[in-house]
Amino acid sequence: MTSAGDDLAGNGQLMRVAQRTGKRISITIDGREIGATAGDSVLAAVLTHGRQLRELEFGGSPRAGFCLMGACQDCWVWLETGGRIRACTTLVADGMAIRTSGSP
Amino acid sequence: MMTLATTRVVIIGAGPAGIRAAETLAQAGLRPILVDEGRLPGGQGYRRPSAGLALDMDALLGTQAAKYRALHARFAELAPAIDYRPETLAWAVHEGTLHVARDGAAATLPFDALLIAAGAADRVFPVKGWTLPGVFTLGGAQVILKDQGCLIGRRMVFLGSSPLLSLAALQYRQFGADVAAICDTTPLREKLLAAPALAPAAATALRGLGYLARLRRDGVPMFSGTTPLAIEGRDHVEAVRFRLGDGEERVIACDAVAFGYGLKPETQLAELAGARFGYDPVFRLWGPNLDADGRARPGLYLAGDCAAIGGADAAEASGTLAALALLADLGGEVTHRERRDMPRLRREVARYRSFQKGLARAFAWPGSRGATAIADEVELCRCENVTAGDIRAAIAADLGPVDVNRVKAITRCGMGRCQGRMCGPALQEIAAAASARPLAEVGRLRGQAPVKPLAIGSAAAPA
Repeated sequence: MTSAGDDLAGNGQLMRVAQRTGKRISITIDGREIGATAGDSVLAAVLTHGRQLRELEFGGSPRAGFCLMGACQDCWVWLETGGRIRACTTLVADGMAIRTSGSP
Repeated sequence: MMTLATTRVVIIGAGPAGIRAAETLAQAGLRPILVDEGRLPGGQGYRRPSAGLALDMDALLGTQAAKYRALHARFAELAPAIDYRPETLAWAVHEGTLHVARDGAAATLPFDALLIAAGAADRVFPVKGWTLPGVFTLGGAQVILKDQGCLIGRRMVFLGSSPLLSLAALQYRQFGADVAAICDTTPLREKLLAAPALAPAAATALRGLGYLARLRRDGVPMFSGTTPLAIEGRDHVEAVRFRLGDGEERVIACDAVAFGYGLKPETQLAELAGARFGYDPVFRLWGPNLDADGRARPGLYLAGDCAAIGGADAAEASGTLAALALLADLGGEVTHRERRDMPRLRREVARYRSFQKGLARAFAWPGSRGATAIADEVELCRCENVTAGDIRAAIAADLGPVDVNRVKAITRCGMGRCQGRMCGPALQEIAAAASARPLAEVGRLRGQAPVKPLAIGSAAAPA
């Protein structure tokens, strides 16, 4: 199964086409440190590096969000601290530790 | 009688309808509370890029850029005169009180009048493989470009039936996407039959034809009358398989799919606030019963796409109109502005909405024929993995249900985190087809609070 950390060359699901200026933010995805910029959504940060956000609780299939506007609730990701956030509407914050498979 | 200055008005949604409503109320001397789930005003269509993003919105929005700029400029002027609460989820309405949550903290907002402008979301129809990473809604594909400066992939197929398929494909090409194909499910002859219904907004219809001409000139493969068969791939999207009108099958390699069949009003809060609903045979959806100004019941007003799909121009006009209706109801006598503006706004709103009905004919929802064609193993409920076959089995059982709320209770389809937003319209079609009843007879999924997921702690501790 593809995990978010597999692909750090920018070959994730999403392709960034507009640059962002802002404070550099450091987060981890499945334990690997990733650089992001303040203003990036968690979903954009994860999916520019990989292809999945989580595994479905019902059967474990990979998921990467769907509606991208807070309606479908398909992009809730686990944090290593045990909480869960909606990745499309939550912005990255320094020290955020995200996991894209299983649950903590 | 209440005075204007002490009247508590809450508006939900800071898109074009909510902003114009807030403007109208503020001009009359009220200080409305404007609650919005977004970080920035604008809603989905007029969404602003997030902080620090170098995105050329004029290039992206083309002929609509001036309206986008005007709306945001107006909001900036208006902000000091209203109580604007961004990043705030409105999750329930009960007996004159709106329940909201921000950063996990709950609060209650008692109101004298409530104006809901909650917008719409994509209407989707299941196809095998639609839960794979890389499949996104068509509206979502546009939102993530505006909000995050990202495309949903590198080589994508635009699939479904919507005038936005070609608009989004053009926007994506502008930013370097390789548009592998546009697969519209409505046959060309049905589009031509619907053409007279597009007369109310001929300029918009011509703009749409212009998009198609540009895509054709650029050599983008475009198909109409297609039947989507599967989105294929192991852990993510690798191809779309579909059938052409003449029966030939095609497989197109891609790494992303933008998927949608028009829009569906966000009506959950309106329902909790006491709006009544009626069935619309053109959209094959249930919508709130409103008068021409947006009144749903005393003290409850609806505007924008959550009232009836009409697009951004209708949203602006209907936001002003509903706010004027609210003022007229409060004031007891009709002011000069109400007398002058309301008839014109009513005509405008009616014209835009009738154009959208024309579009709903030209870009058809798969409906009952589509529902019958969905294989049993296809997932209908994305939240909890309920398949089309599960729905059919529940209905076929002894004393099996007909009403979709009973089907939901038995199968859990519609009970997951999205509260039926994604599966609801297709569930209605599958239930109607499986029970051989007209769509209106199987009902619609009832809205429940909280309308979106909420941490237990925030509901338990009202501020």
